[in-house]
Amino acid sequence: MTGKPAPYPVKLENVWFNARTKPLIKDISATFADEEGLTVILGPNGAGKSLLLRLCHGILPAHEGLVTWGGGDDPGLHDHRQAMVFQRPVHLRRTAGGNIDFALKLHKMPRLQRAQRIDEALELTGLSRYRAIPARLLSFGEQQRLALARAWALAPDLLLLDEPTANLDPAAQRLIEEVLLKMIAGGTRVLMSSHDLNQARRLASHVVFLYRGRIKEQSSAEQFFAGPKNDLAQSFLRGDLLWWRRRAVFAPDPDKEDDKF
Amino acid sequence: MNDIWQAMATAVNLLAGLDASLVEIVARSLGVSLTAVVLATLIGLPLGAVLALSRFPGRRVILVIMNALMGLPPVVVGLIVLLMLSRSGPMGALGLLFTPAAMIIAQTILVLPIIVALSSTVIESLWQEYEEQMMSLGAGPWARVLALLWDGRFALMTTVLAGFGRANAEVGAVMIVGGNIDHVTRVMTTAIALEASRGDLALALGLGIVLLLLSLAINAASYSVREFARHRYQA
Repeated sequence: MTGKPAPYPVKLENVWFNARTKPLIKDISATFADEEGLTVILGPNGAGKSLLLRLCHGILPAHEGLVTWGGGDDPGLHDHRQAMVFQRPVHLRRTAGGNIDFALKLHKMPRLQRAQRIDEALELTGLSRYRAIPARLLSFGEQQRLALARAWALAPDLLLLDEPTANLDPAAQRLIEEVLLKMIAGGTRVLMSSHDLNQARRLASHVVFLYRGRIKEQSSAEQFFAGPKNDLAQSFLRGDLLWWRRRAVFAPDPDKEDDKF
Repeated sequence: MNDIWQAMATAVNLLAGLDASLVEIVARSLGVSLTAVVLATLIGLPLGAVLALSRFPGRRVILVIMNALMGLPPVVVGLIVLLMLSRSGPMGALGLLFTPAAMIIAQTILVLPIIVALSSTVIESLWQEYEEQMMSLGAGPWARVLALLWDGRFALMTTVLAGFGRANAEVGAVMIVGGNIDHVTRVMTTAIALEASRGDLALALGLGIVLLLLSLAINAASYSVREFARHRYQA
């Protein structure tokens, strides 16, 4: 399971997700992570980035449409080939090492191998000296690094990250980014949501621009940052896109059907 | 006033000298209540986990009923168990009435709702915190339940202690189904009730002191468990 990651594209076909009757993800058809590198889902707050990631991870069911993984036609839950790091790290009430061990046990890794893997994961994230410390006593930044260490230890083909550095100071953020770059170089495909444009510029090879539950643009990072075609994406890059005051910020509405919702 | 002080002095002497009849009653009390709590925990924890983690019609109704039953009057439980175990009752053939076994059954019924209701609250709030992460890791039902029970162990321990406190202190149920027979079914609370009405205050006071100390010890244990968990795991 620690071999080179294999391609593991996520394919969405006409996917809808509603909160009660209000649609939050609207008719998305797209394929993510079919190429190597990091795909960043950009968009303002409330665009549906976190929802889209959870749908891609299979921990939320689509209300309509189909999500499939690995190019297969099995629409079932993921098969231990994905890992996700959430915006707020969740750790069990046991030690830092114990938390990684719990995840590896679920992946049926033999005991001896587990011990070694835990060492490597903690080393990579600079947490070696916390191995025997209860995870919930660590600082927020350390807990987030531990969450990433746990995800890395599982050697996923696809890694999903929900704004993993949103609440971190610059040093902790850099540490996380360094680990991410190593994983990307190792062939892990990453799907990450963010509203941090500088971070996206540093890490991303592909960009998905999400606005009000719809994908407005999907292109290579180079293309996107050179100048997106979509006017909403343009104003997002300029920093004057607010999702709740769309009309006030710029004049003609190119895509009126959105306002029905 | 003198009588009371004299009784108090005798009570302390009984305690200090580990008076045989006093020790016998205390031991029987603890035996009955501890057995009842162990049984109620073995039945109640899995029930609490199921109520916390599954969704089925009637789940809320059961939870409300369990919460209501936490305040179940012991005498009513005694009465019902008496009817079940009396010779003409459905379980009369077992011949359990007026034995410690009958008292254990009654106390188990009393403690069960406490363990079910409190443990399902503990497990459910922990699950709300863990749900996404567990799903993400691909944890199956068994792995989930075991992790929740283990991580909730301190909070669950305090619910068991709460159950023990209830069993230990109640008098109505054990009086009715046990009969307060000397050397057979006499426990602390029933002995106190009897001796107080007979006017033998020394033994009643001695047992009362033991009961109070036990209750104090249970609460101290509960508090220490919570404090330990908070310091160690920020739980």
